[in-house]
Amino acid sequence: MENSNGLEKIKIINDQFSSEENVVEMRGIYKRFPGVIANDNVDFTLKHGEIHALLGENGAGKSTLMNVLAGLYKQDSGKILVHGRPVNFSSPRDAILAGIGMVHQHFMLVPSQSVTENILLGLENPKFHINLNEYHQQIEALGERFSLKVDPRAKIWQLSVGEQQRVELIKLLYRGAEVLIMDEPTAVLAPQEIEDLFDTLRSMVSEGKSVIFISHKLQEVSEIADRITVLRRGKVTASGLDAHNISRKELARQMVGRDVVFRLEKEPRTPGEVILEVKDIHADNDKGLPALDGVSLNVRAGEILGLAGVAGNGQRELAQVIAGMRKCKQGKVLMRGREISNRSARVGIQSGLAYVPEDRTHTGTSPNLSVTDNVIMKKYRQPPIARGWSIHMPTATHFAQELKQSYEIAVPTVETPVRLLSGGNLQRVILAREISGKPDLMIAVQPTRGLDVGAIEAVHHLLLDQRMAGTAILLISEELEELLSLSDRVAVIYEGKIMGEIIEEDLDTIGLMMTGTPLEQIRESERL
Amino acid sequence: MSDNSSPTASTSSLQKRIKMPFTIRFEPLLKQPPKWYPTLISLLAIIVSLTLGGLVIAFAGGNPFQSYAHIARASFGNIGVISDTIVKATPLLLTGLACSIAFRMKLWNIGAEGQFIMGAFGASAVVLAPLLPAETSPWIFIPVMMIVGMGLGAFWGFIPGYLKAKLNVNEIITTLMLNYIAIAWVNFWIFAVWSEGGFQMSPKFPDNAWLPRLAGYADSIPLFRGLTTHMGFLIGILAAVVVWYIISHSRWGYEIRLIGDNPRAANYAGINITRNTIFVMMLSGALAGLGGMSEVTGVIHRLQTSPLAAGYGFTGIIVAWLAKLNPFVVIIVSVLFGALILAGREIQPSGVPKLIQGIILVCLIASDFLLRYRIRIIRTAEEA
Repeated sequence: MENSNGLEKIKIINDQFSSEENVVEMRGIYKRFPGVIANDNVDFTLKHGEIHALLGENGAGKSTLMNVLAGLYKQDSGKILVHGRPVNFSSPRDAILAGIGMVHQHFMLVPSQSVTENILLGLENPKFHINLNEYHQQIEALGERFSLKVDPRAKIWQLSVGEQQRVELIKLLYRGAEVLIMDEPTAVLAPQEIEDLFDTLRSMVSEGKSVIFISHKLQEVSEIADRITVLRRGKVTASGLDAHNISRKELARQMVGRDVVFRLEKEPRTPGEVILEVKDIHADNDKGLPALDGVSLNVRAGEILGLAGVAGNGQRELAQVIAGMRKCKQGKVLMRGREISNRSARVGIQSGLAYVPEDRTHTGTSPNLSVTDNVIMKKYRQPPIARGWSIHMPTATHFAQELKQSYEIAVPTVETPVRLLSGGNLQRVILAREISGKPDLMIAVQPTRGLDVGAIEAVHHLLLDQRMAGTAILLISEELEELLSLSDRVAVIYEGKIMGEIIEEDLDTIGLMMTGTPLEQIRESERL
Repeated sequence: MSDNSSPTASTSSLQKRIKMPFTIRFEPLLKQPPKWYPTLISLLAIIVSLTLGGLVIAFAGGNPFQSYAHIARASFGNIGVISDTIVKATPLLLTGLACSIAFRMKLWNIGAEGQFIMGAFGASAVVLAPLLPAETSPWIFIPVMMIVGMGLGAFWGFIPGYLKAKLNVNEIITTLMLNYIAIAWVNFWIFAVWSEGGFQMSPKFPDNAWLPRLAGYADSIPLFRGLTTHMGFLIGILAAVVVWYIISHSRWGYEIRLIGDNPRAANYAGINITRNTIFVMMLSGALAGLGGMSEVTGVIHRLQTSPLAAGYGFTGIIVAWLAKLNPFVVIIVSVLFGALILAGREIQPSGVPKLIQGIILVCLIASDFLLRYRIRIIRTAEEA
């Protein structure tokens, strides 16, 4: 910033080349995290006064891209231009000075302080003495201008989630943000609040602001956005589409892709008796909002039932209800005809249920305990590892060593704490533990997420071997190709409801179901 | 991911303001360090803290080498002072074990002090109530006192454990507050009910309610003459073995370790966290209560608040932490702390010895950082 003369010149040159209406231009953004390329040469342009949606599945790199723009991450390579001027943000403060602010999924507010205090937090003015009344009025006026209704005197903890989101928005507007990035803003909102939010966004755009709207929900995106950019696995698959002239079907195809990369040799197998029966399950998510709305499924022995769906439509909650780790409000889970719902995880384990959770490090393993301690997690109660009250350590160690060999877990010794293992090896530890229990039923949630190709293949083969061994498998995944190549049947879940179940591989139909069209409706429209 | 990149972002913005020739970066240690590495780090931390303590002594006008030599002599110089050191170590050993088992499950039991006092109260009640007549054989007297002492200590642990498990009440606050209630409770009894001639203490216990001391065997082994080491230390060592067995070799200990490291994984493995919270707090309280019983029947021989509420429960927290929650290391650390307490009186009643204790603690806890992170110094030019 010292060399302002030079900068002025650059600005003049840039103004001649770049069109005036581009508020933000990101060119060739590349960002790598250990083991993952989050953004691979991504271009993104935001025009003045538009709502631009950034669409993509979980892990497609949407949030990473926007965190780069908001100054939270630093790109490995690539350029960012704001009003045609190259910028280099090293903190969110720099970004907000350039007029770019982001509302994160998790709000950054102090619960015990008032709305006004939260908004003033971290600003240079007021310096020491605060005349709160004056600021209350300022904030009220700002809120009215953008139809963001919130009482500046209220404490944050007294506010609903929707109101807290409004506070975050006012915070950015107060700091003079011209570009507002909303990271999955509707994920935490009730339907009515979503409508309010959309009204706010529209009024902000009419006041000359520009909005970037991150989402994986097609319906919202086509409702609110002017233009849409689709990301898939860190790359742009469609950029700047006109939101008013594109079908949801086309968007779904851009988002999930249709190239089947690998084919697996799947031996035919006639499924046996019904092992798992899920009957009309209703359950809430962690925030107390309904997540499952009458889900019914059944899985037979020696069969893989794939459950497809965009993340956050109730898959996690369904797996937890079946595994006994979440209470359901209505409905039943039966295993071989015996009810296992609303009891405990232990009942599930004892009736032969294996569960590969989505969250490897926080649920599936205990990071500071050894490989041995982690593989006996479900066996330490029974002989031969248990001997009365105690655990026979030599047997446990021997068991761990056997698993290390047969599942090729790359680890120096079985005494190594598992936090030092790579993602692929950690997943092998979990699969080794779950499979070695010779389960009747296996629930696998996102078993290959974040793994490299070799590890993915190994996991796939383990699942297919289990199928041949007669285990009933419920495979929950967001990778459609994986689901289609492994599953015998595919069911689709959307907003806590099953949209339908199909056997043939028809991506278009699955795509439509994933975005909320029930199968019967699709079949009907085909018949017409 | 955000964890990784946000610190770098903040350091780089810092650089803009202050031009530094080097940046220091902390990176998580990803490889498992060799087995000797933690011991080496702990030894280095002790050397650093003794050096710092020496500087303080020198600053106060003393000779650090002479002072340290004096401390060593005063606590380990002859069999008499070794015995005194062990007497001081005994309550710390039991409270240290009490804290270490609770801390294993990440239950922050700050109430070993209160549980210790309640244990002493329970043991005293057996004599003073009296639950047993004064002429009962020590073979019955001592076990009954142990059971009642442990029982009351466990009860004092049960209260915060139950509140934590069922209502999610912060155990740090409840255990801390229960300490004061325990002291007030004992004070009530020794002022009002069991007071000896109006003094704030109970009458002395009959001999058969005393824990046997080494001095008691001086007739057959003359070497033991005048040694006050009592059976409490032996009980403590047995307790350490039991705690070690529970933690490392029992199903229960496995559950404790799993809950302590990752409660979500424990829930996933079908472990009942509520029940374990209550049971572990009770075991912790019982161990501290045993410590109180041993102190009142082995050293004080009467119920009296001031020597009981001498902070053994609080020091037990430090002992457990320094021992990295390993029950056998708790034995060693408690003996060293006993030595510091004893020798401290030789140099200064309070002050410098406590200061050295504090410095050792801070250095050892800070050194833990080196087991998890490595420090890299990067030249700024290199980074740009």
